[in-house]
Amino acid sequence: MIEASIRNVFDHLGAEILELPGASCCPAPGVFRAFHIPTWLVIAARNISIAEEIGANPLTGCNGCYGTLRDAWYELEHEYELKKEVNEHLAKIGRTYKGNLEPKHVVQALYLDMGIDYLKDHIKHKFSDLKVAVHYGCHIVKPSDKRPWDGEYEAPRFLDEIVEVTGAKSIDYKDKYMCCGAGGAVRTAVKEVAADFTREKLTNMRDAGVDIIINCCPFCHLQLDLGQMETNNIFSDIIGEPFHIPVIYITQLLGVAFGMDPSSLGLIKNHQLSGVSPFISIDPFLNLVKEQII
Amino acid sequence: MSENVEKYIKRKVYKSTSSRIAQKFVDAGLEKLRACINCGTCTGSCPSGRRTAYRTRSALRRALTGDESVLKDIDIWLCSTCYYCYERCPRDIPVTDMIIKLRNIAVEEGYILDSHFGLANNIFYTTGHGVPANGENNKKWRDLRESYGLPPLPPTVHSYPEAVKECQDLMKAVGFRKLLDNAAKLKEERAKKEEKDKEE
Repeated sequence: MIEASIRNVFDHLGAEILELPGASCCPAPGVFRAFHIPTWLVIAARNISIAEEIGANPLTGCNGCYGTLRDAWYELEHEYELKKEVNEHLAKIGRTYKGNLEPKHVVQALYLDMGIDYLKDHIKHKFSDLKVAVHYGCHIVKPSDKRPWDGEYEAPRFLDEIVEVTGAKSIDYKDKYMCCGAGGAVRTAVKEVAADFTREKLTNMRDAGVDIIINCCPFCHLQLDLGQMETNNIFSDIIGEPFHIPVIYITQLLGVAFGMDPSSLGLIKNHQLSGVSPFISIDPFLNLVKEQII
Repeated sequence: MSENVEKYIKRKVYKSTSSRIAQKFVDAGLEKLRACINCGTCTGSCPSGRRTAYRTRSALRRALTGDESVLKDIDIWLCSTCYYCYERCPRDIPVTDMIIKLRNIAVEEGYILDSHFGLANNIFYTTGHGVPANGENNKKWRDLRESYGLPPLPPTVHSYPEAVKECQDLMKAVGFRKLLDNAAKLKEERAKKEEKDKEE
């Protein structure tokens, strides 16, 4: 449960999260922008305008939302005519886009605003032997001219550094920075193509001998988790053993190392529901937590 | 249309070239593609092209020459927008953004997959969310949220019906409603025509 872990970890770190009342879909950059760019831009501007109303930076834990909010913000900051047009539309619903607030990713807030040292100060337990496959996803680093990572996109390290604060080891694997396959409307278009991206990633991760996958995007999370199950079904004839690599969101891992209750991080099942995440059991991860840090 | 591009298109007239579509490509800024030196870095960097018939360079070249058939292929919908082509292009062509623009034109011409149309029309336009949590089918997700101490529905459009209306008003104002209705119409006409051609 990604949302619970973000809210509780930020609270633990002393960062206050405010709500964006009436916010809508970002809208998704590879799907809705691909249908109609003007719609994408004006709905994104409306979302940012809600954040402006409460005077706080828009914060998202999703690479897709980040892609949209960040790219829309960048375009509106640089193209005066576009901003004027968007504001003419927003005026019809009594809103204005001013544009002085930078949209941020949860990982950006952790790494650039709080900083590695600040995170280190909160660590209570360290993993002694946890091998992690770090999956960045695409839109947190690209397009790099609209991202805050100094143009680095081929081999960034910021997420690995956050992971290693917990004592876990980030393991190099082939094509580490490759896409999960879900984005750009591909999952909705042809699920098998998305699953084939995922198959390749999972194969490379397994070959490197990792215990878990760490990611920073709910759509990648879904694709690596639910998509892992789909991959096991669709490609059963070529993958050999089915995959069973637990998929964990970055704030879930951090929270455990901060000594927080795993149940507040969405790691312990508080329900009897079926057909909801996690689709691939995370018990192997919880066992490692018990063995190594509790 | 700039004179250069016009000349270029005229020089490379392909079978399925339509000047109306070519004009749309140009209006969408595909002129930038004239900087392309055909190096193939985009195609070589494409994780989708490794497993499908989607070839980035080919799709863009077809667009540049006004070849309408590029809009009909499912190929342009297999780009996962990972942005490697955009980053690595030695001529600084914003390749991924060009593919997005091609998709915009495809939708305008009624080439949109049923699954995408459903997502746009029944989900995004109707609820304001791309991945909604309301409705009977999503009850398990609301229960999941509650089990972790979150409100069953987030304080988004889901909790503010007037905000859904705001989004729909914006979508109408900017032409999204009309675009979807027109795409549905074109799709239906095309399906009918195909049916008729089969009979004959």
